Amino acid sequence: MRCQTAPRRTLARRRLLCQIRSAMDLSFSPEHEAFRAEARTWLDAHVPADPLPSFDTAEGFEAHRAWERTMYEDRWSVVSWPVEYGGRDLGIFEWLVFEEEYHRARAPKRVSQNGVFLLAPTMLEYGTEAQKARYLPPMASGEEIWCQGWSEPDAGSDLAGIRSRASRNAAGDGWVLNGQKTWASRGAFAEWCFGIFRTDPEAERHRGLTYFLVAMDSPGITVRPIPQIDGETGFAEIFFDNVEVPDDQVLGEVGAGWSVAMATAGSERGLSLRSPARYTEVADRLLSLYASRGGPTASTDAVALAHMHAEAYALHTYWTATKVSRGGAVGAEASCNKIFWSETDLAIHTAALDLLGPEAELLHSGAPGEWLDGYLFSLAGPIYAGTNEIQRNVVAERLLGLPR
Amino acid sequence: MDFAFSEQQDELRAGVRTVLDAECTPEALRTFAMADEAARAELAAGRWAVLAELGAPALVVPEAAGGLGLSDVDLVCVLEEAGRACLPETLLETAALAAPTLAALLPDPTAAAALDALVRDDAVVAVGGLDVTATGITSPTDVRPDGMLRTPRVSGVRDAAILLLACRDDDSGWQLHAVPASSCTAEPTPALSTARDLSTVHWPLSSETLLAYGVAAEAAATLLAERAAAGSAALLVGLAERMLTITAHYAKERHQFGKPIGSFQAVKHHLANARVALEFARPAVYRAAWSLATAQPTLSHDASMAKAMASDAAELAARVALQVHGAIGYTWECDLHFFLKETWALSRAWGDAATHRRLVLAHTLAS
Repeated sequence: MRCQTAPRRTLARRRLLCQIRSAMDLSFSPEHEAFRAEARTWLDAHVPADPLPSFDTAEGFEAHRAWERTMYEDRWSVVSWPVEYGGRDLGIFEWLVFEEEYHRARAPKRVSQNGVFLLAPTMLEYGTEAQKARYLPPMASGEEIWCQGWSEPDAGSDLAGIRSRASRNAAGDGWVLNGQKTWASRGAFAEWCFGIFRTDPEAERHRGLTYFLVAMDSPGITVRPIPQIDGETGFAEIFFDNVEVPDDQVLGEVGAGWSVAMATAGSERGLSLRSPARYTEVADRLLSLYASRGGPTASTDAVALAHMHAEAYALHTYWTATKVSRGGAVGAEASCNKIFWSETDLAIHTAALDLLGPEAELLHSGAPGEWLDGYLFSLAGPIYAGTNEIQRNVVAERLLGLPR
Repeated sequence: MDFAFSEQQDELRAGVRTVLDAECTPEALRTFAMADEAARAELAAGRWAVLAELGAPALVVPEAAGGLGLSDVDLVCVLEEAGRACLPETLLETAALAAPTLAALLPDPTAAAALDALVRDDAVVAVGGLDVTATGITSPTDVRPDGMLRTPRVSGVRDAAILLLACRDDDSGWQLHAVPASSCTAEPTPALSTARDLSTVHWPLSSETLLAYGVAAEAAATLLAERAAAGSAALLVGLAERMLTITAHYAKERHQFGKPIGSFQAVKHHLANARVALEFARPAVYRAAWSLATAQPTLSHDASMAKAMASDAAELAARVALQVHGAIGYTWECDLHFFLKETWALSRAWGDAATHRRLVLAHTLAS
């Protein structure tokens, strides 16, 4: 039964609500699509027809460096960077569009990704003008390739427990580094390393750390490549024995290394390291593999789940990118991202191996072997960039407010 | 690309939350659960009047038809809040299913009369006769020996003035009817969640109640099922968020071994997993709302993906919430069970997660 004396309050409120209009839009603008077409045209013309040899070999490393140079010459290597450092000063959505096209084109893996995706966002925020001018252009061109010196034999998940130290040199114009870093991806061949060292042994664990930029040909550095699970030397140990580093190779404030490093970690777990296109492209190949196997199998649900999660990661990235483009921050949600993309990658590759069944173990070249390589790499995802267990602690503590 | 709610949509959400925080408290859910059918009808009518005053039932009805003329993106905010409150009333059926289905059939006089009752008389509309399976929609409606049609699990009959019912047979295909409650007989079939109101309905087949038949009815029923998937997904993310909030609070309060149980990693990781699932279900649900609002060609896929992601996220949140609460969560005294039961019901209503994953796969491979 309805009250016949239509209350004016209701009508007023209805009129107020009528002002609401949906602004949400999940389509790319004509400008974005034009940029997509431009990127696609360039990639179609330039992506090497045959896959490059693995960048974890000396030959493959140089082949990938040459590819970075090719991209740089036409300003495609760092589209979101300022023009003065070799970029196009484009926004986050253009970057996502570029990534979609890059992965669609099956372009080479980025040998410079540690520098471009991890160090650069930090340097753009914390670096001096001189540092940016010195380091960013050769990073963009592939002339200088960076590795990351964070983990130590006794400081993995407990990163704040690092012991490698930096002390003032005798002349008082720089630092002397001593200690050992490990699991440095690209460490076997890189020209430069960014890492955190303890500059104040008296300070509380998270304080007294400083972020350094170190040339890998500095006297006192020894590199020992570590063969990975697949036998290739994807990462390395780096020993520092009285390595001299000048003051202008400190990034951010002395003693502020932890917060500077966390900015990099945010990039790594958050938006910049793992663009969704990386997963949607593999998920599309999973679907092709599924279709080629001729219909429902025991893996049907796993295939559907993996494909859907890759798309969910893309949607979540658009959601976050909108927030960032409006001036918001990514925050602890980055830890949700890291858990989700790493587990999605694993789910995609596991489903593919299940579809391949008895063929999955074969190392032959071509498509099936690629799934096996991808599977091995995806297994590292829940471990690197902060284990997923550490990320779950972060989610529980920072997003749900649970006590430490 | 602008994947966010507008400020006005945030305000709409906040307004609905304020109202439901007052009108649909856990105490109110408890009172409702313990009431008999007559008392429930009275409680439901009171809350429905408040929702109607907000304009919620006619939110997406065009202004020309007396509605607010808002979009499915506005509606998803309201539905998420209804889920968060575990609202027992059939807002999904009336506002998200019946209202746009009837509006799309205008100027058909039967649809116009039903929509008019919804908009001007604040009529509740029950919905039934449509199930979602991995191969598409089916109707559970069958013909009785007395010539009446029988539809099980019709949702919202207790409070309804009108029933939106579907039936299908191999000869004439789909039919969609708007049947006055007065011409039906209904046997309530109590469900585990007292926020659910399901009945088996016997109704006469009549040309006077016919809204659409054949191809048009099948199209309308298909869209209605997609709306139901997207809408129930919105309720489920609201439920998941509420269960996580309640449980995180409990994990901070409850002490064992001299510490809050929320400080133990085993507990943290359970809750973090549920939080991650919710984080990634939400954009899928919002995208489905946008696809509905803008009639995207990918709507079928998007609605199924929303339901699959939201069902999984809410099921996980429910599982974790109960485990973290321990024995107290297993009691009637603790509020948690209202949200658990509604989650278990809605995660399977309108197609469970696995069903919708199959549909997502089929739509993706077909595109």
